[in-house]
Amino acid sequence: MATLEIRDLHVTVEADNATKEILKGVDLTVKQGETHAIMGPNGSGKSTLAYALAGHPKYTVSSGTVTLDGEDVLEMSVDERARAGLFLAMQYPVEVPGVSVSNFLRTSATAVRGEAPKLRTWVKEVREAMERLSIDPAFAERNVNEGFSGGEKKRHEILQLELLKPKIAVLDETDSGLDVDALRVVSEGVNRVRESGEVGTLLITHYTRILRYIKPDHVHVFANGRIVESGGPELADTLENEGYEAYTKGGASE
Amino acid sequence: MAEAQNSPTSGFAPAGGPPPVGSTTAGSIAVAAESTVATRMSAPPSFDVADFAVPHGREEEWRFTPLERLRGLHDGTATATGDGVKVAVEAPEGVVVETVGRDDARLGRAGTPVDRVAAQAYSAFEQASVVTVPKETVLTEPIRISVRGEGGTAYGHQLVELGAFAEALVVIDHTGDAVLAANVDFVLGDGAKLTVVSVQDWDDKAVHVAQHNTLIGRDASFKSVVVTFGGDVVRLHPRVTYAGPGGEAELFGLYLTDKGQHQEHRLLVDHNVPHCKSNVVYKGALQGDDAHAVWIGDVLIEARAEGTDTYEMNRNLVLTDGARVDSVPNLEIETGEIVGAGHASATGRFDDEQLFYLMARGIPERDARRLVVRGFFAELVQQIGLPDIEERLIGKIEEELEAAVG
Repeated sequence: MATLEIRDLHVTVEADNATKEILKGVDLTVKQGETHAIMGPNGSGKSTLAYALAGHPKYTVSSGTVTLDGEDVLEMSVDERARAGLFLAMQYPVEVPGVSVSNFLRTSATAVRGEAPKLRTWVKEVREAMERLSIDPAFAERNVNEGFSGGEKKRHEILQLELLKPKIAVLDETDSGLDVDALRVVSEGVNRVRESGEVGTLLITHYTRILRYIKPDHVHVFANGRIVESGGPELADTLENEGYEAYTKGGASE
Repeated sequence: MAEAQNSPTSGFAPAGGPPPVGSTTAGSIAVAAESTVATRMSAPPSFDVADFAVPHGREEEWRFTPLERLRGLHDGTATATGDGVKVAVEAPEGVVVETVGRDDARLGRAGTPVDRVAAQAYSAFEQASVVTVPKETVLTEPIRISVRGEGGTAYGHQLVELGAFAEALVVIDHTGDAVLAANVDFVLGDGAKLTVVSVQDWDDKAVHVAQHNTLIGRDASFKSVVVTFGGDVVRLHPRVTYAGPGGEAELFGLYLTDKGQHQEHRLLVDHNVPHCKSNVVYKGALQGDDAHAVWIGDVLIEARAEGTDTYEMNRNLVLTDGARVDSVPNLEIETGEIVGAGHASATGRFDDEQLFYLMARGIPERDARRLVVRGFFAELVQQIGLPDIEERLIGKIEEELEAAVG
């Protein structure tokens, strides 16, 4: 069973000629089939965790370990991590000029699966996945994320999640900026992937709203660069009613 | 009524960051009583080099060009070395290939030199290659013109003329090392169809400055594909004008500007008669320090050119820091009675965030760069509509990327 283990992870960024520690000792284990929600106020370091796991060059791991099935993730390049089964659905998906969605998806699937998908089944696979996410087929010929609305970008991220079938999916504020309809479509997509039982999901969010659609097994409160409390789904209800105040006084990094 | 579009950044907004430092993307549409495209040149067109002052670099037509790297082509100090450049023409049956002297009356009809170097070339060439496709001759095989630099300095002149209703494809290959200034004339008879592919695949040190003059006959169509890969300085100036109504021009260009290279494409389409069409699409990718691409697209719709339909576009993709693009479309409209007129120019960059995004989907860095560049050129390459040429271009792009990305 695939397991992502994060142990005492410390991460810094360079800002204004100074090194700033954002993550201050994160411990978390995500197993295949589990869904973990990480909730926290703005500036708590949630997104940094997501990007550090994916290997974004802006973030430096100063200490700690991250392993996927015992393999050292931190030793891997960004693309190696993805091929090892780690997927990051980004909060702000990037526009890539000149690359069509269909070309991008196929190149990506080829890289992750280790061989080019058979054209006929692939076309069908993509078309059906797009239909399920209510993505206009014309999107296949548009450039990646170029001119996409916020909701379209997020659906495109979940489309990739469905096609790439990772072992561990990190969803970085996938719910932010979505209206209720889009949130439902996106959540249904995530749930389809979860129902396979083959993915461990790390759902990073500021709001409890998405948890009405995607039911987590574990909820963690993230504040000041670390997990400060963990519990079951009921913890989300507490946060819904009481907010993050109990966790942020005097401790927030911003 | 005129439909004018001016969208310097539309459809290709630089994602994840500002445009590359030091680049310009400007555009203008002028509805003018008299032409400024013509008047902003520092001297009127002339075949005589003496009519042009030696440029100092601040002139509108020279301000982007590194004069010090022209090896004297601009100031009269570059002397032809006799065997500097070898021109060989390979043509199918039915085509007349000649080498003629300066006094041949057929030369210079497609256009007059508009700057000092073009006039220098016209004043200094000794022999010209003339390729004639007689009227109603429809070729099925291309005419191949090899311009091979042998390390010397040369002034050249070529003329390709198609009689009425003739059809031909001409492929001009520039290779080797040379300092070359030239005028190339294309004259299309009524109803003729000419496609010209000019590939600048020079060695690293070559300097190539040329004016291409095209005169399009009534109902004739001209397609030009300019492909620039090599050279230290390449400055091409394709110019199109019409001899009668119903003419069509498609001008496609593709350039890959590497470290230290200066590649400049200046275009002019002069809509001087009614009911003609033009479509200009140039795309370039740049990589490496001091790679400099310049694109100037001038379209002039003269007062009598009613029913004109024109569009011009330039797109640039900057792959690394340290490269510079100057892209300036100019559209001048002297009549409102046209079908359409528009232009667009945009420069985007491939940045670390884009690279991260592609790599985060399992795509290795090298493949990610290739994906972006190939995708960028794909649409244009398809538009060319010549399968052989397309294949060769894609192969060449791959090769260039291979060499640069490593």
